Amino acid sequence: MTELKAGRGGEALGISRTGARSQRSRYGDVLIALAAFVVLASLPLLFGSKALLDFVIRCSAFGLFATSLNLLVGYTGLTSFGHGMFFGLGAYGYGLIMQRTGVPIPIAFVATLVITAVVATVIGAICVRLKEIYFAFVTLAFQMLIHSTILSWASLTGGDQGLRGGIPRPAFFGIDLSNHVHLYITSCALLVIGLLLMRQITQSPFGYTLRMIRDNATRASFVGIDVWRAKLTIFVLAALFASVGGIIMALFVSGAYPEFAYWTISGEGIFINMLGGVTTFLGPMVGTVLLLILNDTVTRLTEYYGIVLGIVILFFAIGLRKGLMDFAVEWYKQRRDSEKERG
Amino acid sequence: MDLDALTGCLASSACLVTQTTSGLIIGMLLFLVAVGLTLIFGVLKVVNFSHGAFYMFGAYFAMTAYQLTGSFALAMLCGAAGTAILGLVFERVFMSRVYGADVLMQLLVCYAFVLIFDDVVRMIWGPEFKSMGMPAAFQVVPLFIAGGVVPPYYLLLIGVALAAALVLGLGLARTRIGKVIRAAAHNPGMVSALGINTGLIYGGVFALGGGLAGLAGALAAPVRSLTPGMGFSVLIESFIVTVIGGMGSILGALIGALLIGLIRSFGSLGFPLFTEGLMYLFMVIVLVSRPTGLFGREVA
Repeated sequence: MTELKAGRGGEALGISRTGARSQRSRYGDVLIALAAFVVLASLPLLFGSKALLDFVIRCSAFGLFATSLNLLVGYTGLTSFGHGMFFGLGAYGYGLIMQRTGVPIPIAFVATLVITAVVATVIGAICVRLKEIYFAFVTLAFQMLIHSTILSWASLTGGDQGLRGGIPRPAFFGIDLSNHVHLYITSCALLVIGLLLMRQITQSPFGYTLRMIRDNATRASFVGIDVWRAKLTIFVLAALFASVGGIIMALFVSGAYPEFAYWTISGEGIFINMLGGVTTFLGPMVGTVLLLILNDTVTRLTEYYGIVLGIVILFFAIGLRKGLMDFAVEWYKQRRDSEKERG
Repeated sequence: MDLDALTGCLASSACLVTQTTSGLIIGMLLFLVAVGLTLIFGVLKVVNFSHGAFYMFGAYFAMTAYQLTGSFALAMLCGAAGTAILGLVFERVFMSRVYGADVLMQLLVCYAFVLIFDDVVRMIWGPEFKSMGMPAAFQVVPLFIAGGVVPPYYLLLIGVALAAALVLGLGLARTRIGKVIRAAAHNPGMVSALGINTGLIYGGVFALGGGLAGLAGALAAPVRSLTPGMGFSVLIESFIVTVIGGMGSILGALIGALLIGLIRSFGSLGFPLFTEGLMYLFMVIVLVSRPTGLFGREVA
């Protein structure tokens, strides 16, 4: 039902694409994803550096998280300040299931996603009714509620110590995640598949429905779109991808810590989005890489990390007034236009 | 969970008085921070995410002034005036550049300053915990009310905060400047067309908000320890207060702050580990039942 309506919504916006073209762009996305995966997967063969692999694994975790946040912020106009709760939920859910039950990794993975979906549906159903700044605040409140719950339910979650003692990583299908290269390849695969799926969501009629809701929710509802349901759907979907990011993080550090569910994770996600830009699909991914590089170099160079990071943020917010990818895309467009005029 | 402690306390007048006063001072400090936040939002439509930094600076300014001069009154004045000037400069130089921009851009500028201000404090005053110490005038025998212990400084704190609330409320409702500020909140374009410098009003409101947060920091300095980043938990709590009370409402900020203060002081008895959780739970309940807060009007 929603799909049907969504399709009509897309046409109303004048974005009805021919089937062949959308098919071709879908193949294009798959090809790009495959190429990206091949490049990432060949890195361990070319460089022996463990630090580089660690860096890419962290990029996978935060990249999935930040891109999923962009589904809400950039595509739907829902500024969530509590998206980090699903990152934390993924890490804790996965860690707890593995530690307590000892089921194979794929089952724990799926079970974590199911738990996330249930929690996100409940929280989302309450939150997406609210508008703008109130949506931001109530999501923040839920985030802090989950954080407080993790801290106070020490018998289950280990309180402020986090989930310690390591998370078991039994081998499955010949993949042994305690092997660093296997873990690396798995993270890359999850990242690429996750990005590809999110790309499909944004390019689908449903994705265009979301853009319409962002630009004019009243009009969308007049066209016959159930705005509440569409918002809830994307809220849950985004939560799932954030949860996968959290699972990668839990796999990487072999534990889960309350900071994963703290609001600063959400703040960082928003910051990454602004850094990379919210108008392009890959903006948040670029932002993730930028922020992590910035983090690593600045902490090595100075103890006054905040001042440097703050000045960089000011440069983006007041200087560029947009993210890096937004800036690049606009610059490219301007150049092309001026060339057209000359030619 | 420790419900016995909570019911036990509710039954004894001594404990009741002690907990209520401690709730009141938490609430009153929060009110001073939150009222600035709500005022800035009401007039400038900006969520000042860096408001906690003003609280922090107020405390540090007061401590330094107290160490240099030994005068408590001067320390309070320094805390409030110093942060007011800081607020004015911050608004004119940085925030005024992002008024037309996306809410996210405004938040980002504030976030940048949260990071910068924390590091500046660490550079000037050092990363370790500092303490201002209780002024000699208040190092007297505490009062006993119905068996409960009430330090005299708490009474001063509550008195100052209430006075600030009264002056602010009356000033906004009755004076000419108050009228102009309310008009600017309602329709800045019209106010500016009438020949009133709205930029000055914006700067003034930001300075007032910053000054109030600074005053809260200065008042808190003798009873709390000072550390870079101390503004943060206060910021989050004052956000909860403004959201519960309704963004832009001064009465709402007062009621919200008192409720949060009491929830904190009594909640710490009954649910020692889940005190923070209680506040967030309360906020969720209020937001879900009344999205604009208890005293908030529909925001345009």
